[in-house]
Amino acid sequence: MTHSISSKEFRYIGRKSRSVEDRRFISGQAIFAGDIKRPGQKHVSVVASPYPAAKITNIDLSQARKQPGVIDIITGEQLVAATNQLATAVDTPNVKRWPLAVGQVRYTGEWVVAIVAESRAQAEDAAELVEIDYDPLDHVVDPERALETESPLVHPDHGSNVLLDRSFTWGDVDQDFKLADYRLSYRVKWGRSSTVPLETFAVTASWDSGTSVMDIWASIQMPKYADQIARALRLSASSIRVHYDVDVGGSYGVKRGLKQTVLVAELSRRIGKPVTFIEDRLQNMSGGDAHGPDRIFDVDLAYNNDGLMKSIRIRALDNAGAYAGRSPFQLGKPVGAIVGPYMIKSAAYHAQSVTTNITPQEAVRGFGQAPTNYAIEHGVDLVARALNMDRLELRRKNLIPSDAFPYKIPSGSTYDSGNFHGMLDKLMDTAGGWQEMLARRDALRGDGFLAGLGLSCCLEPSGGNSSFEPLLNPKNDTTTWMESCQLQVDALGGVIATISTTSSGQGHETLTSLAIAEILQLPPNIIRVARATSLTGHASNSPVGSRMAIMLGGAAAGAAEKIRGKFLEVAAFNMGVAVDDLLWRDGGAEVRKSPERRLDWDQLVHICHRNAHRLPPDMEPGISVVYTMQVPTGGALPDADGRIQMYPCYSFESHLVLVKMDPVICKPEIIDYHLGHDCGVVINPDIVRGMTLGGVAHGIGAALMERFEVDSAGQLKTVTFMDYPMPSSHEVPAVNIVNQITPSPLTCFGQKGSGESGYLGSPAAIANAVNDALAPLNLTFSELPMRMSDISDLVASGNSKGKIHDN
Amino acid sequence: MTDYSKTVSFHVNGQPVSCSVEPRMSLLDFLRDQMDLTGVHCGCEHGVCGACTVLVDGDAVRSCLMLTVQAEGHRIETIEGEAPTHSELSLIQDAFWEKHGLQCGFCTPGMILTARALLNRNSNPDRSEIREAISGNLCRCTGYLQIIESIELAAQWLSQSNRGTDSAGEKSNGGGA
Repeated sequence: MTHSISSKEFRYIGRKSRSVEDRRFISGQAIFAGDIKRPGQKHVSVVASPYPAAKITNIDLSQARKQPGVIDIITGEQLVAATNQLATAVDTPNVKRWPLAVGQVRYTGEWVVAIVAESRAQAEDAAELVEIDYDPLDHVVDPERALETESPLVHPDHGSNVLLDRSFTWGDVDQDFKLADYRLSYRVKWGRSSTVPLETFAVTASWDSGTSVMDIWASIQMPKYADQIARALRLSASSIRVHYDVDVGGSYGVKRGLKQTVLVAELSRRIGKPVTFIEDRLQNMSGGDAHGPDRIFDVDLAYNNDGLMKSIRIRALDNAGAYAGRSPFQLGKPVGAIVGPYMIKSAAYHAQSVTTNITPQEAVRGFGQAPTNYAIEHGVDLVARALNMDRLELRRKNLIPSDAFPYKIPSGSTYDSGNFHGMLDKLMDTAGGWQEMLARRDALRGDGFLAGLGLSCCLEPSGGNSSFEPLLNPKNDTTTWMESCQLQVDALGGVIATISTTSSGQGHETLTSLAIAEILQLPPNIIRVARATSLTGHASNSPVGSRMAIMLGGAAAGAAEKIRGKFLEVAAFNMGVAVDDLLWRDGGAEVRKSPERRLDWDQLVHICHRNAHRLPPDMEPGISVVYTMQVPTGGALPDADGRIQMYPCYSFESHLVLVKMDPVICKPEIIDYHLGHDCGVVINPDIVRGMTLGGVAHGIGAALMERFEVDSAGQLKTVTFMDYPMPSSHEVPAVNIVNQITPSPLTCFGQKGSGESGYLGSPAAIANAVNDALAPLNLTFSELPMRMSDISDLVASGNSKGKIHDN
Repeated sequence: MTDYSKTVSFHVNGQPVSCSVEPRMSLLDFLRDQMDLTGVHCGCEHGVCGACTVLVDGDAVRSCLMLTVQAEGHRIETIEGEAPTHSELSLIQDAFWEKHGLQCGFCTPGMILTARALLNRNSNPDRSEIREAISGNLCRCTGYLQIIESIELAAQWLSQSNRGTDSAGEKSNGGGA
């Protein structure tokens, strides 16, 4: 499947159609993990650490055990005896972790004791009577301090606070810097925020000793979840039954839930009853380990007087928090777009992940790409400012031209397709013109506002080939990253597509049905999309890395092609012609040269289900296929220099944002927002638009509002929605999206990913807009989020940065 | 232990309810756990996100901030009571479907009920009035725009229908999928 078709040829793809899953949500009939009710179900509460680092010297459960309804109480030591440590991404065997603290706490909010009771209220009541004695230890919260040799160690057995420290050089970086006319160096920081779904993590586990099966209903978005649970519980994977028909109330990466699941599963195994844990908001924000990247970038850019950027050096220091988890890999994905959409011919990358005494990180939308895009785009604006060159012109000069695709970047990834200049032209036309936008900005300045126009050009690597795993962990040789779809046709002609993942709003049922309908040329409404369990389903890596349009869409299309192939064989056999003489049209097979000779869908279904005497010899009766798809371009290990194809497809987005601020109050107000978006062929326009608008909203939060604050005493200060403000309908403007379709040559319909769209470029553009507003004051803000108070403080201080680059 | 339970009587989705509850039980927990109305969602439990929004005598109220005992004598409506029957949709629901004014669906019942409360008092709201009305309901998926467009469409459909906006009486077969 390497063809691409123009959208005019599609019957269903790219056209308006209602999302099939919406019906259950608008009527309140969706089943989220917190809605799961099982007979005899018990409920969990946890007791959390008030210290960022402390030895646990005593746990007294005597009073708690006497409380009404209490069934069982568990501590970390008991989990160590019964379970294996939780999986980690990088090779750090001595950074050990269980769902509850073992002997020592490493961040405030870390769970120490779990209580299971008849009701949640009773579990909470008992939690208040748990007495834990602590002996406080020195702690570290700052990532740069964590690197110092005299810093307290978060995991003394590990020997340092460094989880990951890898350096790569792709191309002759030193020479390119030497030959360039100029270089500039800058530091930017990406503050710790997250996607903070409205649904906290929820899970019910139920151990059945009669069948030796652990049933799990959870609000997950996690690759290889069942495998990881099985390993931790010392069970076979065939003893874990994850139910993928649970609706997930938002995730955007963070709903990983490994520790929560292992905790309730072990409790269920202990008491022989279904056990439910639903994080409350405090538990979710502090101990749910769902914070996003927390990163310091030190960047050097080499460029010439004509504005051409020649080389880039990026050092990224990421504060992973108290445990390793999967988060260090978030430094790896950006390798696949380390030069952004630009023709920068060499790059060096130093990726460091450190552990500190704060809440652990988890995967967040874009998996580290949004911060990296922000770091690159900040530099592009600095180059323009240093050269006194127009920012749009500078970008146009450096953008990869459309005739250069497929284009291989220094770090080894090949960008599949793109028309970046065309997208910019279209964006500017729609916005009324770049010069006109600048004039509007100037008019606002004339009215006494601080006003700025921000631009970003960013990539969304999509397809989820997680080559960062072998790149950053030499012991990990994973090169397979697949997705499956099972397709059956019932005896009445209905199509049943079975997918093996949960969804958290991405519309996978709509995606699957449209892909199948397109191939079989059948109306989408006869296609039922069902969800497997991990015992009945097929390989899936869950909806991460903007991969499902490519991978689930591809698997569904591939399965439909198998069905079509079978039906064509059946038709050829019954009509006495060769398969090549047949054409598939409107769900049936007809002879090309005499279309009146035709077998319709219902006839073909009948033959396969009822007429063994009409089936070709050796053909299986019935109609059931599975198609398992490997990621396009995947399958290789990194070379010795760390070059690797990271993701197969590259969506492009360019954001244009006009911001104004009162010069004293400095609250950034977005007064115009245009977004050029090219994710190849769009499968469902409403879904893609919605996710893109939502991504922009997340970007506004990350750029202007959201940050998890930890004070020097190691206390997390943002644990409710009162102190972690997020964009409401007042803060998110009407975003005008301008679409362009540059098909991918690698996918069945020419589609690329879009699950992270909007978010990958909006923080960069908003930051550039605010900095453009501050430019007349010769001020530059180099940290996100840029909150009103931060900006007004900077303006008040009137700090001048002086010259930007060194000759 | 002392039993502090109180007996309360109120209406939920038009049906009379009389029960004995602990004074500390929130209306949110009561509706979800005692009445199985799981379309009422628990997001933050401190009155910020709006996922638990229900209608109390027609006004949008956060059920996490209201105790069950405070419901005495009031009319409570949840998303389960929004459509005339379980096989139908209200026009507001249908408009959310048509405009895909949702993604994960977790905020959606609260959004629809907030829209219902708005349209009950203002049948032709402009965009800024819609933004103001839903500003207490957080959504992390959509960036709000398709929600706003859904409410605009609902207002348009309601104005075209002959039925009033003061009840969930209007029908839709929810077709068009």
